[in-house]
Amino acid sequence: MLKNRIIPCLDVKDGRVVKGINFLELKDAGDPVEQAKIYSDGGADEICFLDITASNENRETIIDIVRKTAKECFVPLTVGGGVRTIQNITDLLLAGADKVSINTTAVKNVEFVKEASKKFGSQCIVVAIDAKKVSDNKWEVFTHGGTNKTGIDAVEFSKKVEENGAGEILLTSMDKDGTKSGYDVDLLKKITSNTNIPVIASGGVGTLDHLYDGIVKGGASAVLAASIFHYGEYKIKDVKEYLNSKNVSVRL
Amino acid sequence: MNVTIVDYQSGNISSVINSFTEAAKGKVNLEVTTDINKIKFSDKIVLPGQGSFRSCINSLNQVKGLVDTLKEFVITNKKPLLGICVGLQMFADVGYEEAETNGLSWISGKVSKIDNQKGKFKLPHIGWNEIEIQKESKIFKDIKNKSHMYFVHSYEFIPEDKSVISAITDYSSKIVCAVEKDNLFGTQFHPEKSDKIGLKVIDNFLKL
Repeated sequence: MLKNRIIPCLDVKDGRVVKGINFLELKDAGDPVEQAKIYSDGGADEICFLDITASNENRETIIDIVRKTAKECFVPLTVGGGVRTIQNITDLLLAGADKVSINTTAVKNVEFVKEASKKFGSQCIVVAIDAKKVSDNKWEVFTHGGTNKTGIDAVEFSKKVEENGAGEILLTSMDKDGTKSGYDVDLLKKITSNTNIPVIASGGVGTLDHLYDGIVKGGASAVLAASIFHYGEYKIKDVKEYLNSKNVSVRL
Repeated sequence: MNVTIVDYQSGNISSVINSFTEAAKGKVNLEVTTDINKIKFSDKIVLPGQGSFRSCINSLNQVKGLVDTLKEFVITNKKPLLGICVGLQMFADVGYEEAETNGLSWISGKVSKIDNQKGKFKLPHIGWNEIEIQKESKIFKDIKNKSHMYFVHSYEFIPEDKSVISAITDYSSKIVCAVEKDNLFGTQFHPEKSDKIGLKVIDNFLKL
């Protein structure tokens, strides 16, 4: 039976792990390579790096982090942030990333998803969707770390990226991110029931029950969290033991 | 011992290189190449594969003499080869991803899309799944039954002769996830991404 994945996410800025509240107020949370190794040794099913400043700054820093991490962690490594060209993807994959997540560029030009998945295979193309609730039962796609409103419906966009060869969707609720009040379960349900590719839930985890809700109520194939792991509130092992005790299948 | 990872532009093989480098530390001389002469004289070959069956076969065919060299290595000289993911799938006679494409015909069978029961199971099959070991296999030495391995695929290898199957996994149906036929080994899962247990599979192959 396929297990539900637990993915610690490391938001990286200028080579350091940070975590903000609603994408702002960044706090320092350590060295990314060291952190990744701790998570991987602790049983993380996958590691995710998001380069949150990559849109404007030098890409070499993140590539160097990926290169070092990939030599020590032997679980899948997903890297996102500022991926705009086929060359960006090639560089990350050569450095040792297994999957690359595309956000703003996918929204601007969905053909890029198609081109990337054709070239590298769907297995390594993740589309990251940042969605914000705009009215009852309706969510809109935002870009540029949540600052740009696009007018695009999140459900329609999810279907579109699937058609264009995305292998997974990394779905972040902009309303919930950094609040520790739980995933936007309605949004998750909406997207998981309208697509046939795995969805990774992101944004809002504060307790172990939130992770349970993302999987059981939201239908996510994987749950991603940042701050609950960085500040040592929970270890990956705690999460897995808890979920297992509630009959959610995980890799122990 | 010389082990060669065949680099035939089949997509991202960095993880394969990293994991084999880790497992090979100080024991094995590891080469990553498409140089036919180096391949010929190596003791073992690793054949990775990402992307579609068709694109991998096309890439293999692009390297002059590579398919014949591999065939001679495996079939005539009977030296060990490990195929990973599409690297395993290519052992088949035929694959149906994108368009019908002839495989290497090393193990009779076909590669078809996983029947996901009309959307009941999401595809690709991504993540950690348990392997059910079907027969004693040299690459599963000291690996417990029901160990977790990392998968990413939408197509499955269906061999004609079921006795080659060394492990299966459960995803909508029982999917073949490892084969062993004499000197020929293949895993549908990615040992290079399967944590310590995956490194053990690689170590077993290197120790053959």
